[in-house]
Amino acid sequence: MDIQLQKVSYAYAKGTPFEKRALFDVELAIPSGSYQAIIGHTGSGKSTILQHLNALLKPTEGALQIGDRTITAGKKAKDLKPVRQKVGIVFQFPEHQLFEETVLKDIIFGPMNFGVSEQEATKRAHKLIELVGLPHTILEKSPFDLSGGQMRRVAIAGVLAMEPEVIVLDEPTAGLDPRGRKEIMDLFLQLHKERNLTTILVTHSMEDAARYADRIAIMHEGKCVLTGSPEEIFGNAEKLATYRLEAPRIVRFQRELEAKIGRRLQTLCLTEEELARAITAAVREERAGQ
Amino acid sequence: MMEKMIFGRFMPGDSFVHKLDPRSKLLFVFAFIFIVFFANNPVTYAGLLVFALLVIFVSRIKLYFLINGLKPVIILMVFTFLLHIFFTKEGNPIFEWKFIHVYEEGLRQGIFISIRFLVLVFMTSILTLTTSPISITDGLEVLLNPFKKLKLPVHELALMMSISLRFIPTLMDETDKIMKAQMARGSDISTGPIKERVKAVVPLLVPLFVSAFKRAEDLATAMEVRGYRGGEGRTRYRQLKWDGKDTLAMILLVAMTALLITLRS
Amino acid sequence: MDEILSLDHITFTYSPDEPNVKNAVEDVSFTVHEGEWIAIVGHNGSGKSTIARLMNGLLFPQQGTIKVMNEPLTEENLWEIRSQMGMVFQNPDNQFVGATVQDDVAFALENNGIPYKEMVKRVHEALQQVKMDQLLNHEPQHLSGGQKQRVAIAGALALKPRLLILDEATSMLDPQGRAEVLATVQALREETGLTVLSITHDLEEAILADRMLFMNGGEKFAEGTPSEIFALGDQLLDLGLDLPFAMKLTKLLKQDGVELQGEHMTEEELVNDLWTSNFKK
Ligand SMILES: Nc1ncnc2c1ncn2[C@@H]1O[C@H](COP(=O)(O)OP(=O)(O)OP(=O)(O)O)[C@@H](O)[C@H]1O
Ligand SMILES: Nc1ncnc2c1ncn2[C@@H]1O[C@H](COP(=O)(O)OP(=O)(O)OP(=O)(O)O)[C@@H](O)[C@H]1O
Ligand SMILES: [Mg+2]
Ligand SMILES: [Mg+2]
Repeated sequence: MDIQLQKVSYAYAKGTPFEKRALFDVELAIPSGSYQAIIGHTGSGKSTILQHLNALLKPTEGALQIGDRTITAGKKAKDLKPVRQKVGIVFQFPEHQLFEETVLKDIIFGPMNFGVSEQEATKRAHKLIELVGLPHTILEKSPFDLSGGQMRRVAIAGVLAMEPEVIVLDEPTAGLDPRGRKEIMDLFLQLHKERNLTTILVTHSMEDAARYADRIAIMHEGKCVLTGSPEEIFGNAEKLATYRLEAPRIVRFQRELEAKIGRRLQTLCLTEEELARAITAAVREERAGQ
Repeated sequence: MMEKMIFGRFMPGDSFVHKLDPRSKLLFVFAFIFIVFFANNPVTYAGLLVFALLVIFVSRIKLYFLINGLKPVIILMVFTFLLHIFFTKEGNPIFEWKFIHVYEEGLRQGIFISIRFLVLVFMTSILTLTTSPISITDGLEVLLNPFKKLKLPVHELALMMSISLRFIPTLMDETDKIMKAQMARGSDISTGPIKERVKAVVPLLVPLFVSAFKRAEDLATAMEVRGYRGGEGRTRYRQLKWDGKDTLAMILLVAMTALLITLRS
Repeated sequence: MDEILSLDHITFTYSPDEPNVKNAVEDVSFTVHEGEWIAIVGHNGSGKSTIARLMNGLLFPQQGTIKVMNEPLTEENLWEIRSQMGMVFQNPDNQFVGATVQDDVAFALENNGIPYKEMVKRVHEALQQVKMDQLLNHEPQHLSGGQKQRVAIAGALALKPRLLILDEATSMLDPQGRAEVLATVQALREETGLTVLSITHDLEEAILADRMLFMNGGEKFAEGTPSEIFALGDQLLDLGLDLPFAMKLTKLLKQDGVELQGEHMTEEELVNDLWTSNFKK
């Protein structure tokens, strides 16, 4: 499902002395099946955009196209349920949304709101609990007896159970230990690849954006100022700095090394494996050249 | 909708009214609530209204914002006005149409009550708009200090109030976030039959309660770690300062009371 | 060096009546010396926060003794000891007590009955130390997460503590906020020699510490300098941690047959080694 923002502007508390404009003419196209990262300094409007993606907020100017639905500023939008089903959002600290007596009931809450039968929803819950790496026995427990990391996974399963076509992630790994972080990010990558799930990741981690996304958009002071592939975005450190962002650790390392050895590696590397390969190649050349 | 309400909100500024000590403002508004009842004829009511408008002018809060932000309260006022008009059947009839009869006394009463209402709402709004909640709390704590002798836990009440005030924006944000998270999962509070809507409140209330509880726990820990153990032996960082402006405000209050008493019939 | 704090065979459980619940902290001992920077790492639920709470007398151990400045921690000297220890928690919103920046910093001073004039001086000093003295009257909802955490640090500093405990104080922050807070802590250490104990999931931050404490399932799994801890290699991965970037890359490069002199924890070391071992003519 394609998503397209056309000159979207948004102001909180519009028409009051407390009015606060958060988005200015944002243009952004997210094609079906892509892995899009949205990065930007804090307060740049990332979470505001994210809430437009399933019409939790409606643009105060401009329009947005979500699949075959168009949401235009000023027009009343009726029956948004289909949109909400198709675009699932995993909010920051999603464990805060758990409320049911058992994990199972919480996971089936979403799908049942969208008219899925209890039987079918339960079937999904069983499959998903395994997918997120938890034992089946946990389904009967109260979500409030789980550890923070487990609650996070349950909440994620609850969103996936709606079987959305697009999944939107707002800082999904905040507060987790390094392994938990990697497992969750790998889970979303796997879903993205296997089910061709369109994935939109809002993150402060340049490392994650570099490693997982195939397209990146930079938000700066409420505007979408730059879009491109990770190589394009992270290749230009000066430009990043003007948006108060820093290149990922790996890119900074590559640049330092290049400065030291006085020449460039073949490509800009975005994963440790790629970088190791590129350095090895450079070392071989160097030896051969001597 | 809630965003537009300005009743009980604070708008920072540096006008004469903003700079007054919270104690003088509180005393003024408390006294005003009683003084209003001295008014009983057109002159005194007009006087009150003019005075309230003057205060608004001095506080540099735009009348337009005030009226816009107080809409729900003003609707209530219009309603009381109509009630008086239709149900007071004294004096000469001045308007008759089908079953509606409006009498002179009704109109008079309606206008007076509305002015009284409006003036009170204006004055209390000005108090909260020009005084930060924490200053109001400080002012109250000091003004209520004599009641400590009667075993009223003044310090604890004031602390409770200031912490609640401090957390209102945080909890509003939280409510908004949880509501959106549940809406994204297909829960819907704003449409559908009442029974369904009531049911949809549970997914909102449970997480909100859990989170408020967690916050309270965190906050209690943070306070304990920083050595908080009740009001005993505490010093105060926020010092209130009473100066000429405040005395002036008090003189104004007395003068106005005297004026109202002489002009009332 | 003076001993600031020591834990001696500490065991703690949140549910003493249920014998089959695992202890949150199991037989942990270690010592903190004046001027040190110690990082505590470990997976979620490994008992890090519980240890921090024990140190501060928010919890009392079922077994073992905790000594602060060589004095055993008891109910009696609790408040005295607390005034020597500052503590900053994870959630910036849930520890901001005051209505404005300066009120929040003054909170601990008020509690300890510091006279007004002295308070004003200390509030300003503490805020200068964290570079927040321009925002005295800001309300918490108008501050970024990093700024709020710096205010929390100032609030702790105002009492001139001997030890500052940070429990994941940077984990809810964006990279810039994190960098701000870290820089603040580092500057403080340089200027005042403050002892810091920081609980963190950020390994790049842990590398900078003098010593690391590695927790696993409530037990102390290892203790040592960062290079000693990260030398554990793949064991770290099994226990919920990861390797710092430079070490991961070193490992990959060695697998590919690139010559290197040693294991490197920081990028700078690795760049230099790559240069001297492979490119320098
Ligand atoms: N409910 C709200 N009312 C008023 N202003 C808001 C509200 N939510 C956000 N804003 C403002 O809108 C702007 C954009 O906020 P947004 O939350 O989208 O930023 P963000 O990029 O997600 O930041 P972060 O990285 O800190 O999450 C900010 O200036 C913020 O202060
Ligand atoms: N208030 C509590 N009541 C009961 N059990 C608790 C409580 N707090 C923590 N625990 C349990 O004690 C153990 C240790 O928790 P602790 O919070 O110390 O871990 P942590 O290392 O700080 O984890 P994290 O990295 O997630 O912050 C966990 O198993 C946890 O579930
Ligand atoms: Mg955000
Ligand atoms: Mg913890």
